[in-house]
Amino acid sequence: MIPELGHFALILAFVVSIAQGVLPLVGARQGQAQWIALARPAAQTQFLLVAVAFGCLAQSFLGNDFSVSYVAQHSNTQLPSLYRFSAVWGGHEGSLLLWVLMLAGWGAAVSLASRRLPEVMVARVLAVLGLVGIGLLAFVLFTSNPFDRLLPAAAEGRDLNPLLQDPGLVFHPPMLYMGYVGFSVAFAFAIAALISGRLDAAWARWSRPWTTAAWVFLTLGIALGSWWAYYELGWGGWWFWDPVENASFLPWLVGTALIHSLAVTEKRGAFKNWTVLLAIAAFSLSLLGTFLVRSGVLTSVHAFASDPRRGVFILVLLAVVVGTSLTLFAWRAPKVGAGGNFGLVSRETLLLMNNVLLVVATGSVLLGTIYPLLIDALGMGKLSVGPPYFNAVFVPVMVPLLLLMAIGPMARWKHADPKAIARRLRVSLALAVIAGIGLPLLMGAWTPLTAISSLLAVWIVASGVFQIIERMKTGKPSAAFWGMHIAHFGIAVFVFGVAMVGGYQEEKDVRMEPGDTVQVGGYGFRLLTVKDAPGPNYRAAVGSVELSKNGRVLKTMYPEKRSYFSSQMPMTEAAIDAGFTRDVYVSLGEPLGNKGAWSVRVYYKPFVDWIWGGCLLMALGGLIAMLDRRYRLRVKVGAGVTAGVAA
Amino acid sequence: MKQRFLIPLAVFFVLVIFLAIGLTLNPRDLPSPLKDKPAPAFTLPQLAAADKTFSPTDLKGKVWLLNVWASWCVSCRQEHPLLVSFSKQNDLPIIGLNYKDQGADAKNWLARFGDPYLLSAVDADGRVGINYGVYGVPETYVIDKAGTIRMKHTGPITPESLKTQILPLVAELSK
Repeated sequence: MIPELGHFALILAFVVSIAQGVLPLVGARQGQAQWIALARPAAQTQFLLVAVAFGCLAQSFLGNDFSVSYVAQHSNTQLPSLYRFSAVWGGHEGSLLLWVLMLAGWGAAVSLASRRLPEVMVARVLAVLGLVGIGLLAFVLFTSNPFDRLLPAAAEGRDLNPLLQDPGLVFHPPMLYMGYVGFSVAFAFAIAALISGRLDAAWARWSRPWTTAAWVFLTLGIALGSWWAYYELGWGGWWFWDPVENASFLPWLVGTALIHSLAVTEKRGAFKNWTVLLAIAAFSLSLLGTFLVRSGVLTSVHAFASDPRRGVFILVLLAVVVGTSLTLFAWRAPKVGAGGNFGLVSRETLLLMNNVLLVVATGSVLLGTIYPLLIDALGMGKLSVGPPYFNAVFVPVMVPLLLLMAIGPMARWKHADPKAIARRLRVSLALAVIAGIGLPLLMGAWTPLTAISSLLAVWIVASGVFQIIERMKTGKPSAAFWGMHIAHFGIAVFVFGVAMVGGYQEEKDVRMEPGDTVQVGGYGFRLLTVKDAPGPNYRAAVGSVELSKNGRVLKTMYPEKRSYFSSQMPMTEAAIDAGFTRDVYVSLGEPLGNKGAWSVRVYYKPFVDWIWGGCLLMALGGLIAMLDRRYRLRVKVGAGVTAGVAA
Repeated sequence: MKQRFLIPLAVFFVLVIFLAIGLTLNPRDLPSPLKDKPAPAFTLPQLAAADKTFSPTDLKGKVWLLNVWASWCVSCRQEHPLLVSFSKQNDLPIIGLNYKDQGADAKNWLARFGDPYLLSAVDADGRVGINYGVYGVPETYVIDKAGTIRMKHTGPITPESLKTQILPLVAELSK
């Protein structure tokens, strides 16, 4: 009964999304107040209905209803209840339902938090979200219904993929999807602005907090995924340039560009067409990511099951959504005015360079991600593109971006004085050069990459601190100002972490018998025992490894090798001793021979946690910027830099 | 309408065409670099009798299949019934390469799901797998009378791939 209820709620949501997508749009065109007024209740109803459907699926999981095919495939009676809940999004059908829930959630949020926006604008925005909702709900209902029954019911479920039975994975997909799907709001604002022909500062101001919110979630989602890969896969890496990772990184890069371009559009009325295009691109890349992940056209360590019918459906959806948007863009954009002029040295120019660099980075990552597919489609053979390509194209683009990052916030709008900027940056430059020479030497070895990274990190932080001090003298800075600098500090922390791990990590892959000791990064690791231990739905071999430094015992670490009953899949649970300046990391490989020997992997990773710490700072910065009070003020219609369509 | 505003649309449609072609292709369908090369030699203990060994030269003069499997591999379970029923109806030798597995687990697995193999060779540390270029289990190799790899199938064998690819090749090689 419950699954049918969920299915029914989903069908109702589909019907409501049609009403939400069509009526307000027609109403806005014909000036019918009743139809315009439908948008908000429709968006809220849609969210409620999808939430009911989601709740029903969750209930089927928690109640072990193996007569639901999706539950039987992804759950098991022995599965702990937290994972039974997160198993809702552990497979294709459920994760799409989560996608739709997020979309409806963002729609409901817009309907509630848009009291100060003109009704017509809100109606258009919610209608665009409704139209996207139609496509996705149809996708779920017609190709990927999570409520399909399995008759006769299975006695026992097949269990959730053990890789997903982890706290990190409970939160990673919802965060990531919140971000992915959140760009639909910026997209809807852009399309609504294109339809109305009103691409002005007010539009940019309304879009900004929503775009930043989506970006914050996406940042956290990607960081969680990376952290999970680090401690769960047992390879000690934190980013693999895997197609599925790239699929989430591409919207992030474009979203970052969009945040900066929106700033110019809001403050100066410039870059309007460009900003609209970025907003369309960010959401298009989210959809493209969904296509790449869900259709199985690319091989990935994530290896999601694929069904060609689904691939065709998403591709058609992608073509319709993005094709229509870009056609609308090609039709409307030429009529949009250029906005304010600006000099060669100005904040506008610097932000333009930021955008160009980020778009180039996006293009190179996108090319590398789909290159195997392109070559295969052209019949030119099979190949795979790996980290060497990505590092080679990505790093050189990031270096100038990071250099400019310190200068951009210092430059004035319209015209900046290069000499004045240079004067204010003198101290930062000196500190950065000292750091570039000194920090690598302090770590034991000087390499160009660690030197450049240390230099850039200190360059960004020093100039940020300088600007904050400067600004404090003239009064209380705004939340937006703090947010920007905190996010930029986050980047600096991240860059430093990446460089230190890349430059100074040590690893050893050794055969150890109980009693053996291995030295890595100044630490001693002594394997004491490997014992069998039972878990709720797995059996584990738990190693005890004594960690010591200079002969002094610090602690005992317990890496595990788990074997899950239902799938017999071996899983590595690394033991990590995390610290502010370093992690030490032990993971059990395979048992070797019968003397109790194991292959053991040991890592010393300096500053690795700074990578995720940096991401947290970025997200925090975004959050603070979002709460700036000017977003809560009522915007007078037509005020500010208005430059509508000259129609 | 100015032409340059159509550029994003044009770029996007080229991308969609490529994605559409991509959908019809299987990215896992990799040609083996070892195709038409001699099957790498090895000598490994047999699963059922650890004191006996197996090496590819033992089957010189015969066409045979080398199937890489493991008890921890979920997809192997998917293709397994097909192999079992196939082995009952044909006398084509199928050799199992038990890849990175525990002896006891592997034996239990065969006892539970059936044993289609003439014998299984134990590749506990996966070294032979590396020589054969195994990157996902299961994988199946068709080896001819001269000991040359003629085909590699990645992923579980399906009834369709058995009928349309493997069997015709085996029939041709057995002539």
